[in-house]
Amino acid sequence: MTQSLSFRPYDVRQEHEMNEPLDFNRWAQLKPVAKVFKAMITNVIRLTEMEKLFHLRIIDDTERERFSFLPGQFVMIEVPGYGEVPITVCSSTSNKGFIEVCVRKVGTVTSVLHRAGRGAKVGIRGPFGTHFPLERMKGHSILLIAGGLGLAPLRAPIFYVTENRSEFKDVHILYGTKSPDQELFDYQYESWRRIDGVDIRIIVEKPDERWKGPVGLITELLDDVTVDPNETYAIVCGPPVMFKFVCQRLNQMGIPMDRMFVSLERRMHCGMGKCCRCNVGSTYTCTDGPVFDYWTVMNLKEAI
Amino acid sequence: MLFKILPKEEFRALVEMILEANEVIAPKAIATNARGERIHQFLPIRSFEEMDLEYKSTEYSAKTYFLPYRENLCTFEFEGEDWQQSIQYYIQPRAIIGLRAHDINALLKLDKVFIRDRFPSPYYISRRKNTFIVGLDHIPEEDEFSRSMGTHIVTHGFDLFLTDLSDRYFVAINSDRAFSLLQKVKTRDVADADTHAYLEVRRRIRDGFKTHIEVHSLPNVLDLEFTSKVWTKWGEKCLNCGSCAAVCPTCYCYGVTEEVTMDFKKATKVKQLYSCNLVDFARVAGGHDFRSDKEARLKYRYYHQYRGFLEDYGEPKCVGCNRCGRVCLAGIKPAAVIKDLYEESV
Repeated sequence: MTQSLSFRPYDVRQEHEMNEPLDFNRWAQLKPVAKVFKAMITNVIRLTEMEKLFHLRIIDDTERERFSFLPGQFVMIEVPGYGEVPITVCSSTSNKGFIEVCVRKVGTVTSVLHRAGRGAKVGIRGPFGTHFPLERMKGHSILLIAGGLGLAPLRAPIFYVTENRSEFKDVHILYGTKSPDQELFDYQYESWRRIDGVDIRIIVEKPDERWKGPVGLITELLDDVTVDPNETYAIVCGPPVMFKFVCQRLNQMGIPMDRMFVSLERRMHCGMGKCCRCNVGSTYTCTDGPVFDYWTVMNLKEAI
Repeated sequence: MLFKILPKEEFRALVEMILEANEVIAPKAIATNARGERIHQFLPIRSFEEMDLEYKSTEYSAKTYFLPYRENLCTFEFEGEDWQQSIQYYIQPRAIIGLRAHDINALLKLDKVFIRDRFPSPYYISRRKNTFIVGLDHIPEEDEFSRSMGTHIVTHGFDLFLTDLSDRYFVAINSDRAFSLLQKVKTRDVADADTHAYLEVRRRIRDGFKTHIEVHSLPNVLDLEFTSKVWTKWGEKCLNCGSCAAVCPTCYCYGVTEEVTMDFKKATKVKQLYSCNLVDFARVAGGHDFRSDKEARLKYRYYHQYRGFLEDYGEPKCVGCNRCGRVCLAGIKPAAVIKDLYEESV
């Protein structure tokens, strides 16, 4: 005689961790990993032909209050029906009401975002990844070096340093772009320049007729910068080719490699060290990075 | 671990009992190849006869039941300017019968990634915990090298594990649900003669391995040979088809896409397994490709298998089943590639 036997179904939603408040900063927590925070675009600012700055406000009060990020972390922005893109948060960490993200129109999802206006609802997952260790940098001089779109991930550390001005020694912001019309956040340079002990220099490769500043590559700006290499940290963001030249130059100036930080870019589909798309050797750019010190990057084959 | 002896006719009664009320997946002969050998796959079965436990290997691994090739992550329902997100998880219990030791070891490696690591996956956990696993020992095929990878023996990660002693099975019991299940059929305690017979089979399995790869210092050799011509030699052959990753029991990388229904009322977010050998694997928005040539992509696959995964999880990702070596249209076999690397470094 055959007896029947049916196994007890297991429902993962019954696990208590699944019902705790969703917090992507708690890496070990079992959570509905695909769940997004619904957010509204509250403001859109045109930066250049290609880039726009979006203000995103998480709609649910509890979710918004719980959401926190550190400078250098990124979020996945979901446009339902189109897809998800990883974008570094570029607003100040002290701003609790909304986050800002700078988006270049370059693919499917970002093109849709560029068409979206105020009031449109998108999803946010995150924050993900490592951050610039600004706590550790306190009491030192800081070199903030950006190329092109690299100013966006550098903006959160700039806010941190300027808002906590007394905690840092000299601050140098160096920024290079192809041409003057590609400069991001140009309306903010003056406000940064006026801060005591903040030095901001901008260089372009191809000047237009109105450009009065220096012309050339970003490394040339370093010629006029004098820092005490034992008292300085550097943060470098930009295209991969820039890392190599700038970091080698900083190393020649005597700054140790573990005091230079870079933010790497890779293709990402999850943000959680699972999809492998951002993998460099054994390292996941999404969870071990995107912020790495230069020594780690030097040791990673194919990293830059 | 508890051990019992299960007569074969009782095993049949056990399987039929499970079949009455649950989905059962087992090796099933689906076709014959050019040499007249049966081709097997892990597929749902409806009767005991459909199952073929004499199988040598399956073309695909049983990975698809834990990491489906396509899986819905969530659904967005549009309502005017607004949308609502809903998520569903797998909750249907089922059994997989006849998994090899290396395939169960492969699941243990995936457990490390999807259960015990940062960001545990509720999708994977649902499928894993709803699956009752019955393993089965086998004398290795000539091209398998799981002994080199240390994956020819498995001590956990299953419910029951069977070793064929001709008229009976030597059964390892590894869960309470397996223990209570066995009480519904006739088993007996292990006698000395059974233990001797079991250990004899284990010896035959150990000595049955004909292919070996050198794993000692392999991570080191991979680093030393990063710019070796070996990668050009094998990379040139690669057709970037991704078959190796498709059949691999541990390859888990994926891509996510979104699909909108014809009436524009819903969108589903679909996770689709990918392969690091496919051309756009590491291409980013704007067109820059971090691994634009196939040599770099093939090399990356080997680095992840034998070095990167080891750094992250303390063991290589490969289990030595050689499914990738058999399926490769260009004849790229891991044992041959690794042998080449060692020869290059001496």
